[in-house]
Amino acid sequence: MFQTVALSGSRGERQLFSDVSVTVKPGTLLAVVGENGSGKTSFLRMLCGLLSPDGGTILWQGKDIRRLKELYSAQLTYVGHLNGIKDELTPVENLTVSACLAGDESSGAIVQQALEAVGLVRPVHRLPTRVLSQGQKRRVSLARLWLSTRPLWLLDEPFASLDAAATSYLTQRLHAHLNNGGMVVVATHQEIDLPPDCIQHLRLTR
Amino acid sequence: MSQPSMSEALRGVVRRDLLLAMRHRSDVAMSVFFVVIVASLFPLGVGPEPAVLRVIASGVLWVTALLACLLSLGRLFTADYLDGVLEQTLLIPQPLAVLVVGKVFSHWVISGLPVVLLSPLLGLQFGLSGDSLWVLTLSLLLGTPTLSMIGAVGAALTLGLRGSGLLVALLVLPLFIPVLIFGAGAVTNSLAGIGSEANLSLLGACFLFSFAFAPWATAVALRIALE
Amino acid sequence: MSTTGINWFKYSSPQALYPLAGRMIPWFAAFALGLIGVGLYVGFFVAPTDVTQGDAYRIIFVHVPAAWMSMFLYVIMAIWAGLGLGLNARPSFMMAQAIAPTGAMFTFLALFTGSMWGKPTWGAWWVWDARLTSELILLFQYIGIILLRSSIDDLRRADRASAVLALVGVINVPIIYFSVRWWNTLHQGASVSITAAPTMAGTMVTAMLVMMFGFWMYSIAVTLARMRCVIVERERQPSWGKQASMPDVVEAR
Repeated sequence: MFQTVALSGSRGERQLFSDVSVTVKPGTLLAVVGENGSGKTSFLRMLCGLLSPDGGTILWQGKDIRRLKELYSAQLTYVGHLNGIKDELTPVENLTVSACLAGDESSGAIVQQALEAVGLVRPVHRLPTRVLSQGQKRRVSLARLWLSTRPLWLLDEPFASLDAAATSYLTQRLHAHLNNGGMVVVATHQEIDLPPDCIQHLRLTR
Repeated sequence: MSQPSMSEALRGVVRRDLLLAMRHRSDVAMSVFFVVIVASLFPLGVGPEPAVLRVIASGVLWVTALLACLLSLGRLFTADYLDGVLEQTLLIPQPLAVLVVGKVFSHWVISGLPVVLLSPLLGLQFGLSGDSLWVLTLSLLLGTPTLSMIGAVGAALTLGLRGSGLLVALLVLPLFIPVLIFGAGAVTNSLAGIGSEANLSLLGACFLFSFAFAPWATAVALRIALE
Repeated sequence: MSTTGINWFKYSSPQALYPLAGRMIPWFAAFALGLIGVGLYVGFFVAPTDVTQGDAYRIIFVHVPAAWMSMFLYVIMAIWAGLGLGLNARPSFMMAQAIAPTGAMFTFLALFTGSMWGKPTWGAWWVWDARLTSELILLFQYIGIILLRSSIDDLRRADRASAVLALVGVINVPIIYFSVRWWNTLHQGASVSITAAPTMAGTMVTAMLVMMFGFWMYSIAVTLARMRCVIVERERQPSWGKQASMPDVVEAR
């Protein structure tokens, strides 16, 4: 169970949002919406623990994440704006390393399956990521969600640069995760095609 | 809920960096060529008299190794910062200081170790022989990882800043000076026939001290830079 | 620095610090002028001429206190930096920011006067004496901190990064001192040393101490003045989540 209490944040001189209190229960997806520059990325980074809020607390199972530190990081998977993959390595190598560093299964077969599940065909798996398109790189980055067993997923504009097929793969994967009792916080512009009772919306205001 | 063990995380970080280095073998070559070229500049500037070269050898070779380390610091964190890998590294549920040690280690293997292995040849070029060559190599073996660890703090503090190449040099050179003094001093002492154990022990102490504190300072600086 | 029993935390906001600093500056400035004046008078006119070095030695009345100040100020700046990081307190970072340029100035003064001393005494404008060399490296450290801060646009990152650098640097100060002394003894040629000061007559010691206190007063006055500038600059661009409060600050003047 995940909660923010009176969270406020700013970036440099700009106040982004204040007094944000929201609770995310297992099996729900929190969609953070707002125009560009409204602080969605900063909000997500605060939830990761990468950014310190100006005020308020973030609670995981009732405990302050600042106290939990690594115990909290072990509960989350974050896919940010940047892909977090190396251009010089192949998708297989990238995903194997990510999975290994996350403590997930990283055997060759499983990694290939994950890449296929996200829509990347086998011939692409052993090319250096450098030669892939933006959309393909994004898929490589998202593929770790198929290997992740962590309960909380924090995704920053995951649907950006994805085509319709990939979008539906991702949506299905999110649905499966929610059905398993997982939680997702997504910063997004788009509507997500999931049953309305699992989605909560949050609009960040100043 | 899954978590890598500390050694798994460390090995993962090191393996990724070494794998990347194998794709860019030129990085290793660059450090080596830099040291060779710069070391050759000094006889060209100062004159080829063997007696003079032997006197300046310890200083020149040490300063050259130091500059090579300095110039390679840009490659330590910047690429990871730009593609988002550093962010992910900060989220690994193991102490960041340990992961930093892993990164610095792979960085040293790529940029520092080749210099150490090359140093006997360079020493010969400057007229060093026997014992002093051995002391030179040993001093660099102890000193270059220390320089990499101290340099990592500077690299983390200046991550992503414009003009960070020069800025890192300015921040980190005062911190390099004790290592330089003890390292070059070891070789000078060896040439003069005085024992170099004292200098080498001090160099070892610098290594241990930086190993104890620098990764932690680097971790703090990385978190500040990624906020 | 608070001479009354006022609750410290009342002054933890810039709006309160600004007028407090403003009231304190004239006092410290007056003390500084007085003490430095007395110190210079005693040093240049009253203290006896040295047997070995003649009148040229009198520069130590500026050189030695300046060198001491440069080191004290570095440590104090590091303490404020540490407090800032530990307590996440803006005023601590502002103090560290305000001290740095004064510290750098004293370091430069120590080097400059050291050079002036070296010329008549040893015939060279610069000697690689252990203390002078350590001072030079200290100057590099000060400049590094000032440059790092000015290279970072984001205020919060600038504060915290320069604080980390100050703390790392303060650990380096004794290490530098030790290693440079080591280096000096290693190379037998450098037998000249500015630490070979003349044996101090009573008046000489008095003069140096008076100068040092004068420099302390000056440092406090200048740091407080600079801190006021820092406050005005920061309040004009509200950061760390606060709203602009220029009118308050200006009225308090």
